[in-house]
Amino acid sequence: MTESLHMPKAVLGDLIAILWSEGFKVLGPVVRDGAVAFDEVRKVSDLATGIRDAQEPGRYRLVPGTSGEIFEVVNGAGSLKPFFFAADETLLEVTREQRGFKVTEVVPAAPRLAFIGVRACDLAALAIQDRIFLHDRFRDTHYQTRRQDAFLVAVNCTRSASTCFCVSMKTGPEATSGYDLSLTELEQGFVMRSGSAAGEALAARLGLGAAQHDEIVSAKARIDGCATGMQRRLDTADLPRLLYDEVENPRWKDVASRCLSCTNCTMVCPSCFCHTVVDQEEIDGNMSRRVRKWDSCFSLEHAHIHGINFRPKIENRYRQWLTHKLASWIDQFGTSGCVGCGRCITWCPVGIDLTEEVAAIRERPVKG
Amino acid sequence: MTPYSLYPARISARRTETAGIYTFTMRFVDEEVRRAYRFKAGQFNMLYAFGVGEVPISIVSDPAAPESLEHTIRTAGRVTGVMAGWKVGDVVGVRGPYGNGWPVEEARGRDVVIITGGLGCAPVVGLINYIFRRRDQYGELHILHGVKTPNDLLYRERFDEWRRAPRTKVYLTADQPDRSWHYKIGVVTELFDELRVPPSSTVMMCGPEMMMRFAAHALRQKGIGDEAIYLSMERRMECAVGLCGHCQYREHFVCKDGPVFSYRTLRELFGTSGI
Repeated sequence: MTESLHMPKAVLGDLIAILWSEGFKVLGPVVRDGAVAFDEVRKVSDLATGIRDAQEPGRYRLVPGTSGEIFEVVNGAGSLKPFFFAADETLLEVTREQRGFKVTEVVPAAPRLAFIGVRACDLAALAIQDRIFLHDRFRDTHYQTRRQDAFLVAVNCTRSASTCFCVSMKTGPEATSGYDLSLTELEQGFVMRSGSAAGEALAARLGLGAAQHDEIVSAKARIDGCATGMQRRLDTADLPRLLYDEVENPRWKDVASRCLSCTNCTMVCPSCFCHTVVDQEEIDGNMSRRVRKWDSCFSLEHAHIHGINFRPKIENRYRQWLTHKLASWIDQFGTSGCVGCGRCITWCPVGIDLTEEVAAIRERPVKG
Repeated sequence: MTPYSLYPARISARRTETAGIYTFTMRFVDEEVRRAYRFKAGQFNMLYAFGVGEVPISIVSDPAAPESLEHTIRTAGRVTGVMAGWKVGDVVGVRGPYGNGWPVEEARGRDVVIITGGLGCAPVVGLINYIFRRRDQYGELHILHGVKTPNDLLYRERFDEWRRAPRTKVYLTADQPDRSWHYKIGVVTELFDELRVPPSSTVMMCGPEMMMRFAAHALRQKGIGDEAIYLSMERRMECAVGLCGHCQYREHFVCKDGPVFSYRTLRELFGTSGI
């Protein structure tokens, strides 16, 4: 582990300024439309400070903060996902020619992005997306182009939302990998650690001294307090087997009677990767763009082929989503697809809570 | 290079198999692409119609001649509807090959049972042709084909041709026969009474899941192991590279892990609807 440094709160502005001067576009949690979202940050006062998020199933409100901390808000609907796995991007341009057509790959003009205030759950989700798009049999070069130069400043959580369950998914509240720098906010300043050579180089430019022993102890106590105070839990013991066995559990019908199949959960999920590619033809008919868009396993067409829909009912689609996220994802990628960020719970318009659905299935299994 | 990149190919021949089913022969326009391209029996390509979209179509020509590719396309939807209008000289988009293909290496030296049902038998035609071109490398060949009505029996003259070939048996059945039908009556499993094969045979199937499920069950009764029964699965394959998520069948991506799976791999899932 690298040395822990003490960073005065005033130096956060320097960190942001240095990143801009290095050519990064710096993004952090800012208030947008009544929630926090990652957006451009030029100075500390651009950050969503002095407020906190009150999250419940199907409910999100920003309320006045109580701690005076800079990073009091936990999260909003948006994760890092859209910055690397774009929700809508052109992959190819196909241009008609005299005899046939020409195919040109569209390389995204991706700015180098630096993120301030990335939570452990979102770093875990990013590692999952890296596994899918960069380390599978076929590499997604559009994702790679956007992803490769990113600089990530994590903030360890010292407060959780009521919908958080990262402790159950072993992804938080402390960021343990995947960051360049990590911060733990104290009343007076931050404890900073670097997690990469780039992070170390940047930290060196800030002229920081070592953190005091009591600061390190206090930082750990705050993170531990967040973990022990976390209200929501998901029992992951033998979960894949449970879900595979409980394919006929009546709970799927029950949840389907509440689920609107609106796709919100999959849109806010930081790891969901389903997408479709559609043709968008120019009006003169001479050029067609192959455009990738996010898709969702809740859409009716997702499993549809000529004359057959393999998942026609909402109960089929909810089961697919949950079973994929918590079980088959592990077979496919060696990791759960869930990081416990709780977004699917908060942003579900009817407040469906996957931890509750799993608990109900576990409580009343129909097999064996 | 994005895995979605596609390559222009020119259509050199077009053949009508029956109303709504066409076989196109095509060659990559770029010589380098054409020379580098190799495929295995049972693999598929993504074919692209300009401005419309892509569909997965199996390659029915022989892997020993990869410079010229044949695809049989059945008109079923928006994209294949446009493809039905493709003419000789047209340039279309191709990327591939994808999928694992048929277990033709593993089946070498063994008796082979090929079972198909319904209309979806294009991948199987390529497989049968593959075996006939290497006939001495395989044992007895049994071809079982079930259709709903006699009108659904495509490639009728090919079945007659195969029937006349040595060490080959063809079994046909129709669920709803008419007076012209002089083969078996009933579903595919009705044919199993006549089928005499050793337990060491390799079985390859393509068709409706219900048919494959009953067939797998009947084959177990004949002592054929689940690991020697192969099924070609159909799911929505959009990207063919395991990234878009559509073709998932629980933990399997049909496009990159399949489309051919052993019954042993699938038996736990088979028969549960809505997966």
